[in-house]
Amino acid sequence: MTETLPGAAIPNPTDEAAVTAAVDQAIAAIAGAATLDELKAVRLAHTGEKSPLSLANREIGKLPKDQKAVAGKLMGASRGRVNKALADRTAELEAENDARILLEETVDVTAAPRRRRAGARHPLSTLQDRVADIFVGMGWEIAEGPEVESEWFNFDALNFKPDHPAREMQDTFFVEPPEAHLLMRTHTSPVQVRSMLERELPIYVLCPGKVFRTDELDATHTPVFHQFEGLAIDKKLSMADLRGTLEHFARQMFGDEAQIRLRPNYFPFTEPSAELDIFHPSAKGGPRWIEWGGCGMVNPNVLRAAGIDPDVYSGFAFGMGIERTLMFRNEVGDMRDMIEGDVRFSEHFGMEI
Amino acid sequence: MRIPISWLREFAEVPAGAMAEDVMAELVKVGFEEEDVHRPTDTLKGPIVVGQVLSLVKEPQTNGKTINWCQVRVVPEGQEQKLTGKGIDPSGVQGIICGAHNFVEGDKVVVTLPGAVLPGDFHISARKTYGHLSAGMIASVRELGIGEDHDGILVLSRIGLDPEVGTDAMELLNLYDEAAEINVTPDRGYAFSIRGVAREYAHATGTVFTDPASKVLAPAALSGGYGVKINDDAPIYGKPGCDRFVARTVRGVDAARPTPQWMVSRLRLAGIRSISLPVDISNYVMLELGQPLHFYDQDKLSGDIVVRRALAGEKLTTLDGKERPLDPEDLVITDATGPIGVAGVMGGAATEVGDTTSNILVEAAHFEEVSIARSRRRHKLPSEASKRFERGVDWQVAGIAAQRAVDLLVELAGGTADEAGTDVGTAPDSVTIELPAAFAAARIGIDFTEEQIATSLEDLGAAVVKNDGGWTVTAPSWRNDLETKEDLSEEIARLVGYDKIPATLPVAPPGRGLTRVQQQRRRLVQALADAGLTEVLSYPFVSKAANDTFGVAEQGVARTAVKLANPISEEQGYLRTSILPGLIEVVKRNHSRGFRDLGLFESGLVFLPAEKMGTDSIPPLGAKPADEVLDALYDGVPAQPFHLAAVLTGHDSPAAAAHAPRTWDWADALDIARFAGDVLGVELVVRQGSHQAFHPGRTAQLSLRSGEVVGYAGELHPKLLAASDMPARSVALEINADALFDAAPDVIVARHISTFPVATQDVALVVPADVPADDVLAALREGAGELLEDVALFDVYAGKGIEDGKKSLAFGLRFRAPDRTLTADEASAARESAVAVAGERFGAVQR
Repeated sequence: MTETLPGAAIPNPTDEAAVTAAVDQAIAAIAGAATLDELKAVRLAHTGEKSPLSLANREIGKLPKDQKAVAGKLMGASRGRVNKALADRTAELEAENDARILLEETVDVTAAPRRRRAGARHPLSTLQDRVADIFVGMGWEIAEGPEVESEWFNFDALNFKPDHPAREMQDTFFVEPPEAHLLMRTHTSPVQVRSMLERELPIYVLCPGKVFRTDELDATHTPVFHQFEGLAIDKKLSMADLRGTLEHFARQMFGDEAQIRLRPNYFPFTEPSAELDIFHPSAKGGPRWIEWGGCGMVNPNVLRAAGIDPDVYSGFAFGMGIERTLMFRNEVGDMRDMIEGDVRFSEHFGMEI
Repeated sequence: MRIPISWLREFAEVPAGAMAEDVMAELVKVGFEEEDVHRPTDTLKGPIVVGQVLSLVKEPQTNGKTINWCQVRVVPEGQEQKLTGKGIDPSGVQGIICGAHNFVEGDKVVVTLPGAVLPGDFHISARKTYGHLSAGMIASVRELGIGEDHDGILVLSRIGLDPEVGTDAMELLNLYDEAAEINVTPDRGYAFSIRGVAREYAHATGTVFTDPASKVLAPAALSGGYGVKINDDAPIYGKPGCDRFVARTVRGVDAARPTPQWMVSRLRLAGIRSISLPVDISNYVMLELGQPLHFYDQDKLSGDIVVRRALAGEKLTTLDGKERPLDPEDLVITDATGPIGVAGVMGGAATEVGDTTSNILVEAAHFEEVSIARSRRRHKLPSEASKRFERGVDWQVAGIAAQRAVDLLVELAGGTADEAGTDVGTAPDSVTIELPAAFAAARIGIDFTEEQIATSLEDLGAAVVKNDGGWTVTAPSWRNDLETKEDLSEEIARLVGYDKIPATLPVAPPGRGLTRVQQQRRRLVQALADAGLTEVLSYPFVSKAANDTFGVAEQGVARTAVKLANPISEEQGYLRTSILPGLIEVVKRNHSRGFRDLGLFESGLVFLPAEKMGTDSIPPLGAKPADEVLDALYDGVPAQPFHLAAVLTGHDSPAAAAHAPRTWDWADALDIARFAGDVLGVELVVRQGSHQAFHPGRTAQLSLRSGEVVGYAGELHPKLLAASDMPARSVALEINADALFDAAPDVIVARHISTFPVATQDVALVVPADVPADDVLAALREGAGELLEDVALFDVYAGKGIEDGKKSLAFGLRFRAPDRTLTADEASAARESAVAVAGERFGAVQR
């Protein structure tokens, strides 16, 4: 490509036909340019310093005065047409070029790598938080305590008589030396006692945490598991308040249709005591009642152990297993899945339950 | 407790046709959970009939065995076989091959005919064997699932039966009966009896209860019987170990007589094996009335019986043939020769009733709960008797139970009862409880009527007297669990029905929400999960070696650890002082399951021994301990800080198209630890660290600004990784998160944001190679003064152009003034003063 049009005649700037011919020739060349590079060559040939139109324009100065205005007007309009054609074609080709580049940059979005992945919470810890949030929403507070505990907090303060079979049925891990009366708490109830000793009345607390029993690990047992226990101490609390609280909690947890049932049972720390069942409408193998936990009215001896006058205050307490809740709520079939730490178990749940 | 339904029916109105499930559905309403159903016909199906062996031909086999080819009549002579089916011979005589040799022609036996099914899903059919068509089987008790004896087939005459040929053997052996198994809570000792459960069944159904005790005609008083003295000089908690001892004599019994089938069957359904007629009778009476009995061969006794505490050095050979040293706290039954039984737990071998026993002394005594519980634990001898005594037996029923045993020994064993008998002891005071009128309603939330209250308590067997303010209630003698008005309120609610309790929602006073530490803990755990790590849980039980390796204290030495007295495995007998050993096990488990790229974390308590572990004694129940006693209880509990640990192995992400995963390295461990600090607003100070579980050159010690060491991060020691089959180059971190929570800022004061331009200056400093970059950075920061906005290390170089043993550190410094545009001179001056401090401190020179 050259910058001049070899052999092209320089039109007389007063010769309208000749100028128009040169313009038409330029416009045709512009339209014929297929790429921006070709267009650049066309631009130089037809509008560059040595192009016929530029040279013709230069001729105007040499013309007699009376012809200058006419020639100037002609040349101005003509070069204007060429420049406009050039600008239009440039825009056209640039747009085409841009579109082509973007098309070439197309990726397969389905093959994108993952660079930022959320990890996972253990569902037992997620569930524990969710339970706590329900009670915090009711104005309760969350109380915690040690996992290795004094025997007094775990048993005696909870009205377990020293030689009563109920004490033995707890399958307790004792700490060396046994004469030091330390053990791994068998339930989160010692936290209730600590709460009663340390807090102002009335008390509405939820105590979640790990507990320990000397069970070998199998599909339904584990020596380490999690509970949450609730305790309310106030004036004039009755078993109806216990039922109302459990019903409210069950509905928050399982939906408005949730139903609960109380059955007589025995715990040294409550009198009356009850077993709590929850109706599971979508249980595997059909709707049924499922044992969920224990509850009852706080035994006056437990209040006395914390220096609370049972003639003025009464209270209720309840406790449920978190593993058990997860097992029937989320259809976990084997306790070991919750214990072994297989990443597939936590990762399947992610941050949710 | 297993309840044979036929037995329950004797004393409660169980509807005809009610099954074990129906009975359990009633009992659960009054607090007895369903456990199981024991139903022989679930595994045993007829036709199973009485047959008589007509002929028996012994046929020796080539394998050395001899088998019997028997002709067995299974319908009465002269009658036709009404049964039809494959293998049933219309003649009424079946040809059967039998390998047992404990029977002869003429014996009546149990024949399982073709079509019958035996336990183990064993289908009986006619089959060719030993050259004959054997059409049925002559059964042993084991094959029928009613006993262990497999020495031979069941010959009916030997269990005292002579039924007509063709009789339904399942009916004969009471195999259509079944039992409901319920869970009895430890407060209800009385329910370990048919008597107690029948009463509860009546409560649950509102039907009539017939007290089995009322059917026994016991004399009002006994005297002149065998000499018995109660002499407890060391009662536990001031309660005498024995407060009643009834002794009765039955002479001339035939102890070898077979036990009647109705009794064998009921015992079996109740879970008790038939041993001999006298033993079976004592068990039967115990099950029926709840009173454990002991039978002595009276001819083997010498002198009076004395109930006392054992003497140091005394021994007893118990019924199980074991010689046991006795403890001075054991309550024992003695005669002139010394101990002949551990009271309420197990009898002695020397005075045991055997087949040749003729004169039986029946013991029905009342022993104190704690004494029996301790002896049972001490000798590891759980028995049906101790189970009942520990929970409490009705003081009143002893004489009745003794009479019932005497009656059965007379009726079934052919004995004669002595008129004379012994009944010593003192009745305990009956328990009376004042029940204020409104109390039960207030506690339960049901507006009980006066009638509901009085009737419920009377139904229990209590004596109820109305007074001005409510009722005076005398608890029945079998209800040692009823002591307080709260106990009575439970009984009233239980009998009226827990389903009648309404629901009201109490409103808690305004709460404070989660505490700061609770929020911090949640934020920390959530942040690590958000950052891509996976939360797992492991057990806190570890070996001593694991604690020694990982449980490093601030001084870098292993901590002592809390040891369990009764661990599940001795190997893992300690409580963790570090989370890492448990977490490493989880990593290995995942690794073995094919997961090689792991980032796992766990948070939880670790256990550090207290200076003085626990307390030498603990205060009694039912009263608030004195402040100093409580303080000692608190102080004796080991410190249990909340830790966070993570282990990273393999790559940070799975390999994927257009993505090169990065191998986790020591810096990731450190980075996560610092990230944890960031999340809580706590800056961790990093130092080259030393920890026996970590690579000696790639360990960071993490501390707070205060200097307190809070953890370690880096590459795990290559030898440790190799020894524990862990992937090479695994990295880990552990932080005492509680210390971080404490160090988190309370109130953060806002800083002025200057909008004047920044002036950046770079500086390269040559320092000795062992100078930590972080220290140089701190020196620069200090020296640069207030104009410094930020400083960052952007290059570390050693090698060509740098003297040996030195390194070059390049820092970028950003200066900015709050109130003006800095001149180049001002920025340079600040840089020079920063370099000056670094030079002074570490001999740093600018390159």
